[in-house]
Amino acid sequence: MSTVLAHKPLGYRAASAGFALAAFAALALADLHVASLDPWADLRRLLAGLMRPDFASVLPLSIAYTIAFAVLGVGLGAGAGFLLAIPFARSRAVRLFCASLRAVHELFWALLLMQIFGLSATTGLLAIALPYAGICAKVFSEIIEEADLAALRVLPPGTGAVSAFLYARLPDVAANLRHYTLYRFECGLRSTLVLGFIGLPTMGFHLESAFRQGRYGEAAALLAVFYGLIGTRRLWVRPATLPFLAVASLLVLPATVGTTDIGAGLARFLTHSIVPAPLREGALADPATWTGLWAWFAPILTGQIVPGALQTLVLAQIALVVTALGALVLFPLTARRFTGPLGRPLGRILLVVVRSTPEYMLAYLLLQLLGPSMLPTILALAIHNAGIVGYLMGRHADGLAYRLDAPKGLNLYAYETLPRLYGQFLAYLLYRWELILREGAILGLLGVATLGFYVDAAISELRIDVAVVLIAATVILTLAVEALSRRLRARLRIATLPTRLSRPLTDAGEPA
Amino acid sequence: MLARRAALSLLAALPWSLGPARAEGATKPPLVFTGIPDQDESRLVERFGKVATYLEAKLGVPVRYIPVKNYPAAVTAFTNGQVQLAWFGGFTGVQARKAVPGARAIAQGAEDAAFKTYLIANARTGLGSSKEFPKEAAGKTFTFGARASTSGRLMPEHFIRQAFPGKAPEQVFSRVGFSGDHSRTIQLVQSGAFEVGAVDYTVWDLDSKAGKVEPSAVKVIWESPPYPDYQWTVRGEVEATYGAGFTERLRQALTGIDDPAILEPFGRTRFIPVDDAAYAPLVEVGRSTGLLD
Repeated sequence: MSTVLAHKPLGYRAASAGFALAAFAALALADLHVASLDPWADLRRLLAGLMRPDFASVLPLSIAYTIAFAVLGVGLGAGAGFLLAIPFARSRAVRLFCASLRAVHELFWALLLMQIFGLSATTGLLAIALPYAGICAKVFSEIIEEADLAALRVLPPGTGAVSAFLYARLPDVAANLRHYTLYRFECGLRSTLVLGFIGLPTMGFHLESAFRQGRYGEAAALLAVFYGLIGTRRLWVRPATLPFLAVASLLVLPATVGTTDIGAGLARFLTHSIVPAPLREGALADPATWTGLWAWFAPILTGQIVPGALQTLVLAQIALVVTALGALVLFPLTARRFTGPLGRPLGRILLVVVRSTPEYMLAYLLLQLLGPSMLPTILALAIHNAGIVGYLMGRHADGLAYRLDAPKGLNLYAYETLPRLYGQFLAYLLYRWELILREGAILGLLGVATLGFYVDAAISELRIDVAVVLIAATVILTLAVEALSRRLRARLRIATLPTRLSRPLTDAGEPA
Repeated sequence: MLARRAALSLLAALPWSLGPARAEGATKPPLVFTGIPDQDESRLVERFGKVATYLEAKLGVPVRYIPVKNYPAAVTAFTNGQVQLAWFGGFTGVQARKAVPGARAIAQGAEDAAFKTYLIANARTGLGSSKEFPKEAAGKTFTFGARASTSGRLMPEHFIRQAFPGKAPEQVFSRVGFSGDHSRTIQLVQSGAFEVGAVDYTVWDLDSKAGKVEPSAVKVIWESPPYPDYQWTVRGEVEATYGAGFTERLRQALTGIDDPAILEPFGRTRFIPVDDAAYAPLVEVGRSTGLLD
């Protein structure tokens, strides 16, 4: 199947039109009602708060926790990912395992892990480390596969597999692995904010409270500090500072208040909580147990999984196309040719702000403005992802070599830069598709009936068995979209273009 | 290099973060408690901070408050034993006691024996206050509070199902949301994001007094019949940990609170003894609305 598809290339235009049409079709299914609101009182307070950030209210310890969770969570994830990367290419089971790890959102992991480890640092660390191990395994494995095999070929016969790996392959890929891990750290910082929403004392904890209670001065200060952390990441997260960061992070992690019996918690979780309710008491040999199981599952399937998956796909489809349009507008802002020496730093700051603002916060703000519908969620996802794609595209635009007599301004953009980068642009978008889907699923917590909406309900009703079934459905949906995205990339012949920052890009285009 | 470092932090992080779980035994472990986050967090910290200080002095054991962000987190902390005592809503208490054999309700606020839900509406809906359930709210947009809230979800859903037999709230209203907490329900109805909402009457009163409610934008249109709500629930094993009779001492400490500075942030005049049986009606309602197995 995939070979047939690979032989029949697809044009960029057809692919773009297909996605736009699908998004139009999705619009028909989406609830985009704008409530007639009077948000101005709240907005005035918001603007006043943003003008006067209240830096005194930011707890320095919450910044330390944020960094600690990110350093250790990403560190654990990258370490486990590295180990998993070695059998990744050969073992289908490992690939499936890693795909499942990364298809579950950090927030869902945290909610599940809390059942076992309570509200503790362990819950927070594992909630980041598990999905990151899945992501890192995949990317590390790709990096290792892409590596030059020349050194391997000249090894004497009889060299052990471990020695061969350590001496012939690792040196070649180490720089890329390191670069990618440091980049993941930025994502890790964003993930720690989500941990705050379940009660771990990261900056997300205070940010959520501040937004919820309208303390916008505090929210603005927290966001400013957070943008600062992300924007200066390259300065303080370096190979040389890592040992210090790791040790300091270990020392600073919040102590667990109260104790949980982890063995008992794990046993209860595995043998009771996640076991579908009809199977807990019924005898497995009894056919009535299995009809009971179907009676339990059927309404979940028809009432939650199917409508939830549909809403999630609709949301992701529209958000993806809006992301594309947003990225096309935003990327010239960070490209040297379009902004000049003065504008570009400003453009970069804008994009840092746009991509570091958590979708959840954006969606919540937009909810106040536009009322409850799918619209706030679509815009939140699109703004965040357009910031990321725009940033990556800007870096590619700077890497292009232009003729001396290249046109300027709109002509350059429309007739040279964009056509040359369009394949890359599609590669990024197809890759983001799966990530948008994953985020869109959890934004259901805000009230749009995506899969996360039903997971939230199941957890509130303490029906962990139902929550696990719904999360599994999310995993299957994410994996399906990922597979489709891979096929499309193959048909568009853009499968080999980068979809991640595993190698330094800008530095090639930077003025010396 | 990187991998080794990561592996080291793996080795180092896990025992460390599990550490406190083992390092007990010599002295009495602190009594840890939590409360459902039903309103502004600053008020919760004020409220529970004072209770912790009071209980520590009264009981002679260390007492710690652990803040949580949502209702299921509070129940989970109780069911997995991280907290031994919790200030639950009526329904979260029922959920917690169902999941933890031996746990029991020991005290409620004097106001909780006959608690009420207010239905509130944005002024632009033109809905007026009424004695009967305001059926003309059908077709409007509607927000509950947290999903597992008694006064913001369970009971209002029960009254809606009574007023519109055979219909779920999603079929009665044009849109149904869950704001997350009562203060936010008030904000969302006030801004017009939702037209009608269900709130805890004590939070409405506290927020009104605090000047957070704009009377020209949002008002109460209906007051529900009374039902039992908030209570302190304690795990059974505190008797083994802190000595026989501890549950009773805890109950007396709670019902003995007369300091208005502690009671006022709760919106309660005092705490009175209560037992599980008082919450049997909520179990019924939970089953009939499908929120409880």
